[in-house]
Amino acid sequence: MKKSAIVCRCEDITEEEVLKAIEEGYTDLEELRKKLRIGMGPCQGRVCVQIVIKILEKKTGKKVSKISIPTSRPPIIPVPLGTLASDKDEK
Amino acid sequence: MKSKTDVVIIGGGVTGCSLAYMLAKKGIDVVVAEKNYLSSGATGACGAGIRQQWSTKENTELAIKSIKIFESLSTKLGQDIELRQGGYLIAVHDAKEMRQAEKNVNMQRSLGLKVDILDSDEINDVVPVLDVKGMAAVGATFCPTDGHANPFKTTFAYANAARKKGAEIYTHTKVTDIKTINKKISAVKTGKGIIKTNTVVNAAGVWSKKIAEMVDIKLPNVPFRKEILATERLKPMFEAMVISFKDGIYFSQQEEGHIVGGIPIPREKKGYKTMPTFSFIQHMSKTLTRYVPQLKHINMLRHWTGFYDVTPDARPILGEIKELKGFIQCNGFSGHGFMLSPIVSQILSDFITDGKTSKILESLNVNRFKGKKIDHEMYVVG
Repeated sequence: MKKSAIVCRCEDITEEEVLKAIEEGYTDLEELRKKLRIGMGPCQGRVCVQIVIKILEKKTGKKVSKISIPTSRPPIIPVPLGTLASDKDEK
Repeated sequence: MKSKTDVVIIGGGVTGCSLAYMLAKKGIDVVVAEKNYLSSGATGACGAGIRQQWSTKENTELAIKSIKIFESLSTKLGQDIELRQGGYLIAVHDAKEMRQAEKNVNMQRSLGLKVDILDSDEINDVVPVLDVKGMAAVGATFCPTDGHANPFKTTFAYANAARKKGAEIYTHTKVTDIKTINKKISAVKTGKGIIKTNTVVNAAGVWSKKIAEMVDIKLPNVPFRKEILATERLKPMFEAMVISFKDGIYFSQQEEGHIVGGIPIPREKKGYKTMPTFSFIQHMSKTLTRYVPQLKHINMLRHWTGFYDVTPDARPILGEIKELKGFIQCNGFSGHGFMLSPIVSQILSDFITDGKTSKILESLNVNRFKGKKIDHEMYVVG
């Protein structure tokens, strides 16, 4: 993978940026996520988190435990506020 | 893991990390024990706001000092904490609220704070996107130096700076017991080993109550579940944080462009559960689109839960427990821990290093709840 390859499409984060953050000491998946906002965009991590885990494991030589995989927040897909605010049922 | 240290801080939220930095800077040997990862509790879930408009004098004074520290923090810590001072606009909905607002503004001004009282037709000069009729506002108060910062980056910046000064921060390290000898702290037992120490700071947020129970101290704190949502990124629309005590809503546009905000859950829940509710989303989206109708077409991206560690007067519990030497409280922030963290860590580090106490520290001791009339902070939102 090229260093300039985009790892997180929602937030435009490259592999290089992930590696740099790991070198700075952000070796916890959650801390890495909160520093770079990986998994906080519309995809909620479906695109990026698995790739970031691979990069993290390769760089640190440690396995990332399944328990530490970030929680997906509702809703599963983005929903307009107007829809959520509406009381009207679809006829 | 170290076997001995001067101070053990329990909790790697913004306050724990900032206190670690302040102590390490003064040459104190300090350890932080965090059961999860840094900012994993209330810090990482919070609404990021920093305000000075309060109803009690003590909170206003603390917040004014806190903002002063925030203003130079990025430079001091060598990392951008993304402080943006776009002000806080507090909506006022009726004559009674206006009287309270005027009283508060007078008190705030007497402390040197610049706060304006706005008529309803001046609200859009500050936040153009607001529908003043929809939000049913008769006016507002506005403090231009209030704002918000990035809670993750602030916590990490404090932690990194603390480590550079020699502090040791252990994440995924749960405190399982606190040992005492002759009513003095003697050691902290963690999942990764025992550390001998004479001073423990209980900065564990909503879990502080459980930490105190380890040494048979009962804290009056109650955990309240709170919810927040974030929209997709938008172009800069407004700079101020907008809040209303009547509707309980608060929202702002963050540096990255998301609108982030919360409102009390219709059926407010106590306890430690973190499941988000649909009733919150409905209530929040209804109120938010009433305040800013054009947001109807904007997507909500995420929705999460956090906690307020609430005390009977909605003010923090700080300082040493009389019955147990070396057991220092730093909790009960009632939803305002992030914004108060810089000043609180300064006050506590002065106390821990030099035994220096102050009127404000005395007034925030847990003793205040024993049989005295308490001065309740009324300006609580979310």
